[in-house]
Amino acid sequence: MKFSRLIFANLFRKKVRLILTIGSFAVALFLFTFLAVVKGAFSRGTELAGADRLVIINRTGLINTMPLAYRDKILRLEGVKAVTHNNWFGGVYQDEKNFFPQFVIDPENQRQVMTEMRVPDDQWTNFVNDRQGAVVGAGLAKRFGWKVGDRIPLKNALYGPTKTWEFNLDGIYKNEHPGGDESQFWLQWKYFDENIPAVIKGQIGWYVLKLDSPDDAVRVAKAIDTGFANSSTETKTETESAFQAGFAKQLGNIEFLILTIGGVVFFTLLLVTGNTMAISVRERTGELAVLKAIGFSDRSVLFFVLAESLVIALIGGLIGLGLAILAIPVVGAALNGLLPPLLLSASVLSLGLVFAVFVGVASGLLPGIGAMRMRVVTALRRV
Amino acid sequence: MIRVDGTGKTNSLIQVRGLDKTYRRGGEEILVLQRLNLDVDKGDFVAFMGPSGSGKTTLLNLLGGLDVPTHGSITVAGDEITNMSSSKLTEWRARHVGFIFQMYNLIPVLTAFQNVELPLLLTKLSKSDRRKHVETALSVVGLAERMNHYPRQLSGGQEQRVAIARAIVSDPTFLLCDEPTGDLDRKSADEIMLLIEELVGKYNKTILMVTHDPLVAARAHTTLHLEKGLLVEGAKSAQPVLAGGAA
Repeated sequence: MKFSRLIFANLFRKKVRLILTIGSFAVALFLFTFLAVVKGAFSRGTELAGADRLVIINRTGLINTMPLAYRDKILRLEGVKAVTHNNWFGGVYQDEKNFFPQFVIDPENQRQVMTEMRVPDDQWTNFVNDRQGAVVGAGLAKRFGWKVGDRIPLKNALYGPTKTWEFNLDGIYKNEHPGGDESQFWLQWKYFDENIPAVIKGQIGWYVLKLDSPDDAVRVAKAIDTGFANSSTETKTETESAFQAGFAKQLGNIEFLILTIGGVVFFTLLLVTGNTMAISVRERTGELAVLKAIGFSDRSVLFFVLAESLVIALIGGLIGLGLAILAIPVVGAALNGLLPPLLLSASVLSLGLVFAVFVGVASGLLPGIGAMRMRVVTALRRV
Repeated sequence: MIRVDGTGKTNSLIQVRGLDKTYRRGGEEILVLQRLNLDVDKGDFVAFMGPSGSGKTTLLNLLGGLDVPTHGSITVAGDEITNMSSSKLTEWRARHVGFIFQMYNLIPVLTAFQNVELPLLLTKLSKSDRRKHVETALSVVGLAERMNHYPRQLSGGQEQRVAIARAIVSDPTFLLCDEPTGDLDRKSADEIMLLIEELVGKYNKTILMVTHDPLVAARAHTTLHLEKGLLVEGAKSAQPVLAGGAA
């Protein structure tokens, strides 16, 4: 393009200012991308939740348990295809920093309900037949370098005096949804129930049930909660996505927090770049007036200013996104499973680029319109 | 033949009739130019002199289509520019007017070549054709060897030569020079005036120039004096200006 030389020459007029402005764009885009990834990590559970699954917890709260005996009553309800139950194990592997979620599962029914978590049949058979068996997500196995056949000790103080529970790694599951959770550790219900104090035996943390059809969700949920109303342990039944959303909310209103920080980043960047462009245009009032005098149209002048701010935005934006591509896996690994997996998707990168372009255009718009409307005679008088 | 009485022939290159220009400053209306008539033929070289605030630059701005008159008309090569829209006027300027400013007004981040090339970016010329035109214009002003120099690497006189090359590169209908030697020492000013004279004599360019310097004005075919918004025809000599402004 024949005007590119003029645009780039003007761009590199003040190199330090250019570097600082591009730097602010890069940092802002990195932050924007990181926040979007964190938000995505929290909402992914909700997005990937099965529409045909319900979660039943103790009405008084997730930390309180329910009798195992509820399972048969639930299974008898019309529209319920399968029921599994889970408990939170809460063990520590080597060091408390090595956090990962550990669930006590019901091997007979887990695969019928959590169908997206795929375990090879031979590994699953070994697991079912091994009371001390364990199945872990592929991501978790990769994190600790575990392979099938490894012996994994977990220290636990939640169920009686602190003791080490030994597990045999029999299988590794993969999530069929891209970005789906592969960070869990599963152990057998029977092994767990045998080794916990008598007072809490036969108590489960929550049920997950699979429906014949998502259309049955409201009716079945109501039937369950009504069925256990006025019992010693009342239930609260909700769809899996509602449960996941509620679980995420326990950490605070993450979405609001992220949107607020994102908003501040956006407006700060807009002001910084807008100010830079305004100064840059002001410094060149005479030159822009000369361009107009020799025949460049008002629209051309607006185009030059917008093109400059857009180039700054694109360079800064691409650097920021590049940083995010490099840093997010490192940050994700450093978080040691404290957050759900941080997944930088193509849609987040595209959104970041759109954000950069929008800020670039918006920040150049006011100075550009000012330059466009500038009267040549007045501007030349100032030179 | 230059006339200021409004009786010039109808095919004059530049024809100004009954031109008024008023400004409003702090609620007060200031009449800068009044009932001004002017006829300039192709190849004429006119100098405008007059004290500061007499309306010289305003007249140049009006002739160059940078400003619009309050009343009256300006016709250049048959086109009446006073009725043109702002965008039409911009296109017209690109085709018909070459500007030379006192402060050269080159783009500091572009080389001499790139500065001269600017007006050609608005044309449909190919890159190689643009190059030929720029090289020719820089040769005319004697700076072919310095085409890759930036303005900061040139002297004031050389910068003004580049500005002249930029003004002539698209072969405009006429040139408007606003104090072209005002920021130069006497030697450089003389060189610039020789160049301007060459543009008139050798290339038959039509030039209208504003100056405070009677020696510079004396190089023109005709000197016109502006005082209190009125245009008065002067003799072709280095006569002192009517009031102030002597260099």
